[in-house]
Parts: sequence; structure tokens; C-alpha cells
Amino acid sequence: MKSLKFFGLGSVMALLLVSGCKPKGTETAVTGDAAERVYVAPGKYDEYYNFVSGGFNGQVNVYGLPSGRLLKVLPVFSQNPENGYGYSEETKPMLETSHGFIPWDDQHHLSLSQTNGEVDGRWLFANANNTPRVARLDLKTFKTVEILEIPNSAGNHSSPFLTENTEYVVAGTRFAVPTDDQSGDVPIESFKSNFKGVLSFIGIDKQSGEMDLSFQIEAPGINFDLSHAGKKKSGDWFFFSCYNSEKANTLLEVNASQNDKDFIMAVNWKKAAELVKAGKGRKVTTEYAHNKFDESTHTATSTMKKEVIVLSVEDMKDAMFMIPCPKSPHGCDVDPTGEYIVGSGKLAALIPVFSFDKMIKAIADKNFAGEFDGVKVIKYEAALHGEVQKPGLGPLHTEFDGKGNAYTSMFVSSEVVKWNIKDLKVLDRQPTFYSVGHLMIPGGDSAKPFGKYLVAYNKITKDRYLPTGPELAQSAQLYDISGDKMKLLLDFPTFGEPHYAQALPGDMLKDQVKFFRIEDNKHPYATKGEAESKVVREGNKVHVYMTSIRSHFAPDNIEGIRVGDEVYFHVTNLEQDWDIPHGFAIKGAQNAELLIMPGETCTLKWMPKKPGMYPMYCTDFCSALHQEMQGYVRVSPAGSNTPLIYSLNNKKDNAQSPVKAGETK
Amino acid sequence: MKTIHSIAAAFLALGLVSCGGDKKTDSVPTASTETTATAESSGTNAYDPKRGIGKHENVDVSTFDPAMAAEGRKLAEVKCTSCHKPTEEKLVGPGWKGVTQRQTPEWIMNFITNPDPMIDVDPELQKQLELCLVRMPNQGLNDTEARQILEYMREIDGAK
Repeated sequence: MKSLKFFGLGSVMALLLVSGCKPKGTETAVTGDAAERVYVAPGKYDEYYNFVSGGFNGQVNVYGLPSGRLLKVLPVFSQNPENGYGYSEETKPMLETSHGFIPWDDQHHLSLSQTNGEVDGRWLFANANNTPRVARLDLKTFKTVEILEIPNSAGNHSSPFLTENTEYVVAGTRFAVPTDDQSGDVPIESFKSNFKGVLSFIGIDKQSGEMDLSFQIEAPGINFDLSHAGKKKSGDWFFFSCYNSEKANTLLEVNASQNDKDFIMAVNWKKAAELVKAGKGRKVTTEYAHNKFDESTHTATSTMKKEVIVLSVEDMKDAMFMIPCPKSPHGCDVDPTGEYIVGSGKLAALIPVFSFDKMIKAIADKNFAGEFDGVKVIKYEAALHGEVQKPGLGPLHTEFDGKGNAYTSMFVSSEVVKWNIKDLKVLDRQPTFYSVGHLMIPGGDSAKPFGKYLVAYNKITKDRYLPTGPELAQSAQLYDISGDKMKLLLDFPTFGEPHYAQALPGDMLKDQVKFFRIEDNKHPYATKGEAESKVVREGNKVHVYMTSIRSHFAPDNIEGIRVGDEVYFHVTNLEQDWDIPHGFAIKGAQNAELLIMPGETCTLKWMPKKPGMYPMYCTDFCSALHQEMQGYVRVSPAGSNTPLIYSLNNKKDNAQSPVKAGETK
Repeated sequence: MKTIHSIAAAFLALGLVSCGGDKKTDSVPTASTETTATAESSGTNAYDPKRGIGKHENVDVSTFDPAMAAEGRKLAEVKCTSCHKPTEEKLVGPGWKGVTQRQTPEWIMNFITNPDPMIDVDPELQKQLELCLVRMPNQGLNDTEARQILEYMREIDGAK
């Protein structure tokens, strides 16, 4: 009762605070039927899959829209103890880099593969910001199947954005850095001479989706923030927003905000690819990891690559241009027609919209204002379609509804502003709670948006949910944009901090893998059937070929393990029915558990530190007899000669199971 | 879902115990709701305990095919023998010895390719569930594989 009163008072105070200094009107903004419109009955599917960046937890989170229900957390750049990703022997290679094994990253942006500028439901690309990497997820299995490290870069922020037929995924560096073949051991004072801003173009195989770092462009040493490829008539071009054209290297919040305008850099990627084909560019020696997950062996491999081709500003003189853009542009978004490029000067009180046709004409007419580090600068007015005046404070990102409207997030004034792309008039504005970053309309950065919903991803969430100490979940807010005015329908908590997101209609993903066919399991340590279960000693390595099925392991008891042994539990889940994973955990394991999907084989390495009896069990409640799914491993002191034996739970009266001798190689 | 399955199984078992074998299926929604609904809509009375639920009818067992039985045995060792012995001995599930005398070929083929909906309504399977407490997992068998396993079961029972 006391706590209820306290909460009541707390809410009143919170409301007072809200009405005092935060955006007004959420309550009135929610119409009476909002709950009904986001309600998805048990057993019914959502309309959309919403893939949301996991921010600093390094993963990708999948929500259903309009319900806002969390469907899955997909591990990409961080180890995940829930299923052993990055802990199991098969998945450890996914997190290898030229810096060694890296168990974490900061995941910012996502891009769905496209065909003819429309989302096609094949792959999802994700970037790692901290140790630059790009990942590819297969949407048949929702698994991370490939991770490519990006050399000559730091802060892989303007990434991973795709061309309209998924020819290339781009990775522009946020930090200008000395390239890998130049020593980075230089004074910071030498910033202007030694530091470069490298843009990477990763080619994607049309059929397999496999990535290959095709070439890089060594651009001036400024910071690249975000990017988008053109589409249709502008399809050969990529656009990058740049900040710190001052090339400052200290107190950037003052020193990088001196110039009235920074740039949007336009790069003709098709011409760049042709230059590389013609033999331009220098070969730079470097090191970067290429990690691939093979779905037939359920195993990842990591390869270190040694070289990359880098084009210089000089090579790119007819294929790379700067467009001045008001103050520190953040978002750089191309409308569905491919004609308009929206820059969001986050410190500017207006939104500049550029015209692709005008840009091309300005280049043809040599309508330049000068050069920036050898890159021609197009005159601002020559490329400008127009400016949205007084849209709000702190414009960050723009998405499109396919009906001629743009929606821009306003970080400082915490609102979403809808405006008309042609006449640049503001049509509507709705508050967010609070400090909105990215926006997402399903297909909203493609040539075919599904303009029904818009989601705002907020960086602060005060006063939205029950208090949870000093740290709160961040929030996403769902708006109905089917009418003239935006309507807030729902907000739901997210993992912090949500950056960009992508979404597609659920019925686009019809060919989901439901289980792995045991016949197709090519894992070298697969156990296809309980009769093949065995324990093999190879020196101090012990390989356990183990099976799991409702509701037992085979073998379920093992003796003869010694301190100093490296024990590999290769567990094959024999189930052939979907959503019947089995778990595997053993006392004293210093990594994690395994969660093995039907038909899959996963390996947990275990190194017991002291003699004793170690129980192991299934972690995932699999049947009424789940609690019985367990066994023991006996560990003897180093050097002891306890015979290696194991029992199979295959006798009617198994009070004392039959035992088999383990093999020794 | 799997939790719900096992809860459903537990409920079912409880139902059987407390209501003395009431044949009405439980209404806990599961992923197999649709198939359950089909079974229910056709009415439990319409259930043919000799044929089961599935597409198999009139399975021809007039001759024995040893090659097929050999394939069936290989398959069984991957997918079945973790839980079933070729003898009468119960492991996780019942032993296979005698199954082809107790059940029709159609019933066996339907059950091993479509276990969930049949467990929900078949009186024999409900009795077995009460004993074993584990619902037989769907092993994703295609029609040929199911027929091969049936042939192996017939071999166990002495078909020549």
C-alpha cells in the first residue's frame, strides 16, 4: 500500500515535471483505438519484422510491428551466453580480428538487401563501430553467417549502406586515421598531414551474398558520419555526410563547429569500380579478418587477408565531389525517386535538400566553388533544391513514405516532423519521448516504402516505464502515418542504445529454416544416431561424441577424465521437429552453455580444474522429463589411471547402466 | 512452445488420471492448434483408430522388401533408436517388437509422419503418453522413409 502511494505521488510529480519542460501532449496524442490497432492476438503474426540495432550490446534485436513484441535477439558482434555464440568452438572464429578475439562491439546501423531498390528479404547487414567490421545475417536462419573486418579505418560509422541491387555495401570511417601501411605512431599535431578518411566498398556475391573488400578510397582526413546510395537515376552514386571539415583534433564540440558548412561527399562508385578494373590504385599491405559460418558443418572459419587496393583523391578526380552542407550534417538520405538528397545539419536550423539533376548539371558546367584537399567543391546553390525552413531543432535523420513526404527526427526539440519533399512545407509534427535519434519506416530508405508505420528510436526514456534505478531501457515509439497526421500508437522498451533499424513485411520471409536436416549435417564431430555415441581420448584431449533427444543425453555418464584434460563436448541434437533445441551445461565451465538447434552439432570446451563429480544437464526445458536430462562426469587427479568409460542410458532397469570403454588414439 | 507442449502433455496426463480417460483433447493453444482443430472439427467420433490421422491409407504390405527394410534400419539408427528398442523392452518409448501386429500399416505410417495430432486423439497413444510422459518427436520423415521404417518394423516382427 505504501509503495502504491509512493508510486502515485511519483507519477504525479513526474507528470508535473514532464508538463514543465518536456514535449507536451502524448496522452492526447494517443487516440482511443490505439491499443486495438497494435493488438496482435496470441497465435497471430505481426505485419512486419523490425530489425533494430542493439547499440552497445553488440547484437541485433527483432521486434514485431505493430505489437512491439520482442521476437528474438540475434547475436552478431558480442558473445551471447544464452546460446553459446562466441563461446562455442564453432562460433569463436566469428569474433576473430587482426587484433585477436574481440567479444564485443557497438552495433549501429542495419541494411536489408535490395533488388531494384526494393527490400528482398535475403540478408541483413550490420556494422560494428568500434573495431570496424561488417556482418551479414542470413534471413532464412536469422544467423550471423559472415563478418568482414575493415582495415585502414576506425569508427565504422557510415556503414553498412547498400547499393540498390546489393552490389556493394559501404563502410566509411568516422575517425580519420593514418592508414595501416603508415605508422600510426605519429604526433597528433601531424593530424592534417598524416590522417586520412578511408571509404571501403565491399563487393557482394549475387548468389551467395559473400563479401569481399573490393577497394577503398583514400579521401581527405575528415570524419564521415552517415551515407546512402542513390537509386534509379542516381544509382551509380553514393553520398556521405562529413563533419569536422576544420580537421580539428581537440575539443571537437567547439573546434569542429567553426565552419558554417561541412560537406556531403558524392562518390560515383561505378566509376571507382571501373578505375580499379583498369589497374588504378595502390596495393596497401594490411591485415584484416574474414570470418565465415558454414551452415552445413555448423562451423565458422577465420582467414586473415593481407592486402587491399586503395584509390587516391587524384585517381577519383572525375568521380568524387563535395557539396557544401550546413553545419555538421548527420543523416544523408535519398528519397525513393533517387532525385533528392536530404542532408541533416544537426547544428543547423534548416534542412537542405539537394537535387541530383542539379548536381550533375553543376559538374558538367564546372560550377565549382573551389577545391578541398584536391576534391572539387560544387557551389551550394548550384546543387540545392531548397531548404526546409525552421523544421525544429537538431535534425538528424530522414525517412520517406513513398507518397512524396519526408519525416525528419529532431533530436533537440524531441519531435518527428513531416514535410513535403517538393515544396518543402512542414505538414505535421509529433512529440517523441525523448531525444529521438533515427527513424524507420518499413522500406523507408528504399525505392518502395510501405508507408504505413513509422518508428522513432529514442535515446532517452525518462518517465515512460516503471523506474529501474538510475538506468532505464530506451524506447521506440510507433506512429501510424497512413493519414495526413501522424498518430502515436505505442511505445516499447528497447536494448540501449537503438540506432538505425530496418523492417520488412513478415510474409516476405516464407522460407524459414525450421530445423537442420540431420542427413545434411557435415560437422566433423557430428553423431548421427545414438549408436555412434562415444568418447575418444587423444593425448590430453578428450572428444565426447554426444547426442541429445527428449529427454536424455548419450552418453549420460563419463569416467576417466583427468585434471589437465581438455574435454570437447560435441553435442548433436537428434530432434527433427522445429523449436526443440536442447541445452548443455556442465559445472565449472568457464565459457557458457550451448543451445543446440534440431539437427545441429555444437562444441563446448571444458577444462576441469580439480577432481570431483561434475553434473551436466540440459538447460532448455524440453519435455515433462526435462529435469531427468542429466548426467555426470567423474574427474580424477592428473596422472591417475581411472579407465575411460561411459554409459548409455539404454537399459530397462538402468539403476546401473551398462558401460562402454572409451577409445584412445 | 516446447514448454507449452510439455505443459499440454502434463495437462493431458492429469486429465486422463482425474477424469478416467476422458477422450476430449486439451484446449491449450499450441502451434499444432490448426491440426488439432481439424481433428476436433471432424469430431472424436469420426476418428478412425485403425487408420489414424494423415494421408496414408491402403498401404500394400503383401510382399516383403529386404532392401527397404535395410534402409529403414539405417534410418531408425539415426532417428528412432535413441528411444525405441527392437525388442519388447520400453526405453523412452515402447519397444517395437509386435507393433505391426498391434497396429495397421496405415496407422503406423500416419503416426510416425504426423505424431502430434494423433497423440491428441488416439486412445492407444494417450495411454502410452500416460506411461512415457514424452510426446513422440516429429522426426521429419518423408513418405519413402516412413515406408522403409515400416518395412524394418515388419522385419523385426518376422516378415519374410
